[in-house]
Amino acid sequence: MNQQLALEIDGLEKAFDRPAVNGLNLKIRGGEFYALLGPNGAGKTTTLRMVAGLLAPDAGSISVFGTDALADPLAAKRKVAWVSDEPMIYDKLTPYEYLEFISGLWSVEPALAEARSRELVDWLGLGEHATERCGGFSKGMRQKVALAGALVHEPQLIILDEPLTGLDAGSARQVKDVLLSKVANGTTIIMTTHILEVAERMAERIGVIAEGRLIAEGTFEELQTNSAKQASTLEEVFLDLVESDTLNSELESLAA
Amino acid sequence: MTAAAANTLPWFAAHEGRLIWRDFVSLMTGGKTRRKAIMGTIVAVMIVGMHWFAAFLLRPAFEVGIAADKTTFMFISGGLIMFMSLMFSQAIEAVTRAYYARSDLDLIMSSPSPAHRLFQVRTSVLAVQTIALSVLIAAPVINVLVWKDGVHWLGAYAVLISLGALATAIAVIITLTLFRMVGTARTRLIAQIIAAIVGAGFVIALQGVAIVFGKGISRFSFFTSSDTISSAPETASFMWIPARASMGEPLAVLAILGFCFAFLALVIAVSSQRFAKDVLATAGLVERKTKTTVFSGFRMKTSLRATLRRKEWALLRRDPWLLSQSLQQILYLLPPALLLYVNYGSNHGIVYVVVPVIVMAVGQLAGGLAWITISGEDAHELIATAPVSDKTILRAKVEAVLVVVALILAPFAVVLSFISYEVVFWMLVGGALSASSAVLIQLWFRSQANRSVFRRRQTSSRAATLCEALVSILWAATAGAAMADVKYAPIPGTLVLMVLFIGWLIKPSRKEMVGT
Repeated sequence: MNQQLALEIDGLEKAFDRPAVNGLNLKIRGGEFYALLGPNGAGKTTTLRMVAGLLAPDAGSISVFGTDALADPLAAKRKVAWVSDEPMIYDKLTPYEYLEFISGLWSVEPALAEARSRELVDWLGLGEHATERCGGFSKGMRQKVALAGALVHEPQLIILDEPLTGLDAGSARQVKDVLLSKVANGTTIIMTTHILEVAERMAERIGVIAEGRLIAEGTFEELQTNSAKQASTLEEVFLDLVESDTLNSELESLAA
Repeated sequence: MTAAAANTLPWFAAHEGRLIWRDFVSLMTGGKTRRKAIMGTIVAVMIVGMHWFAAFLLRPAFEVGIAADKTTFMFISGGLIMFMSLMFSQAIEAVTRAYYARSDLDLIMSSPSPAHRLFQVRTSVLAVQTIALSVLIAAPVINVLVWKDGVHWLGAYAVLISLGALATAIAVIITLTLFRMVGTARTRLIAQIIAAIVGAGFVIALQGVAIVFGKGISRFSFFTSSDTISSAPETASFMWIPARASMGEPLAVLAILGFCFAFLALVIAVSSQRFAKDVLATAGLVERKTKTTVFSGFRMKTSLRATLRRKEWALLRRDPWLLSQSLQQILYLLPPALLLYVNYGSNHGIVYVVVPVIVMAVGQLAGGLAWITISGEDAHELIATAPVSDKTILRAKVEAVLVVVALILAPFAVVLSFISYEVVFWMLVGGALSASSAVLIQLWFRSQANRSVFRRRQTSSRAATLCEALVSILWAATAGAAMADVKYAPIPGTLVLMVLFIGWLIKPSRKEMVGT
């Protein structure tokens, strides 16, 4: 594993009507598969959107492979790919045209981009549909096109926000295989998911976030060991951590 | 919820009514209570202003007196046909939307409620909305007529309401006929084109007739010409029933109300039974296999801006519905084009009319295209996460718009160049300024939206729409003034700059995005 930090977040804050991210500190190593878990409204997506440059933080710093993402966002963006749960594709373009467009945005040499695109299209099982416009594609196919778009410029850090939502078992398996192979080749992946079995099986380290703060972090085994209830599955660990944190917050607010 | 029993017509009507009311309030106020008072004041000022303008327009008619003769009937009928074309245009667009917009249809279609009742209510609501728009536009004229000439003019309201019902019924028939003839996939596009052509086409056709017969550019020239009036039927003819009803003849009012509403009721009763089947057919559209494009390898390396521009042009080219919507403004260029053709070589003074119309249409066209490319970016987050600066992205999008506008403007420049290079110069300068200003306004007021809501873009930012319209009109006036005598140009020119300055002052802040 690359020992350079892929992502370093320090004192990150963002508030809308209420604080969404509240002094978050996070360090993710290069080449790591990191799962960021948390209940709805915990601040996972807000955090990742700030890392991807889609949202400006109120306070704190974000560093992507040593590049200050707030001071030099373009340099940071060159290293990052963002895949959201709603695939960001164009209905009127074909997968190949979409990949050509993305390669243009990330300034990938056309010959290299074409070779990578062909490889990705085959790898993700899109070959038959590569010259059809995306308008009629299923959710799974759209997500695979979006993932191909994220991979075609070979980013060092891939941020995935609920990438498996709405995918059938076969498509989910294909996406997971692609992601694991990318990590094996040194790419860093941060993924949010509500499917805890996926995080348990795929992630090297897991971070649990609640009310905009990191409340626990470690490998599954470490989290399991630290769990008060001796939980056997990640689901039990997660529920235990979140319930404890909610209880603590309520006690704190009562004391205040 | 409502006191009516579930799944009955009143129950569906109450449900629809509540949704429409909340949608309307939200659109008017943007969810801010303070805006209610501001909007109320603006609406009140507009109502007073429109009544004053109507009184000003009708003053000559009151001075000579309004008689129930062929000239008056012709004039009223002409106005009613124009309103009918406007209502029909709106109705066909709304009826099509009722079939294709999914929103809550999936919920209702999957419930055990009888879908035909929902359609009955929705069609009735569409009729009410269609009527409301025309009544709103015509009300100042009718009110002034009632005030100055007598309460018999209240009949005009009855006629407008009846014609709104008729327009909705015809729109439903045409939509259903299109479903049968061309299938669900093409109905939407064809219906939208029909709506655009009927909406703008009738007015344009009348202008065209007026121009060809040398009677200027007024929409009413055709109806008021002595040739038209002498060949029109006598006053007792049934052709004049709508006109007589407008002037308050009781039997005519009853006849037109009875016929139009009976026709609408019949159409709703017959068509509602097919509603569920047709909605299911349109829902299946998204499952259809989409077009295949030949893949001939990636292009040679180009600049970032060229990549972005190419994408914009490809998306525009491949969305005929969107293109037809945004290019509607071109229809308004047809009368000036005809005017140029008819008067070519004989009347150079006509360019004082033609050039301002072109400048205004170009501004409106650029505004629409700029909204599509800037606000209607389908993969907004993809672009925002790419290592490309905001400046480069926006510059490329603006270039994409301006190239399309330039292509449309070019033929006019070529034709005008045979008349005068000076005219071409002012048209190009006016067109460029009008287009650039419209684009600038769209940049200031940009927001993230789906391209499919293009037709509702005006309601998302009324300030932007108003600025865009004013700027286009004022640049047109500036171009006209500059051609007449350049020393007059600074007057409307200064007003444009003032509107732009106000637009800049009230533009929304953009602090949420990371600055690039």
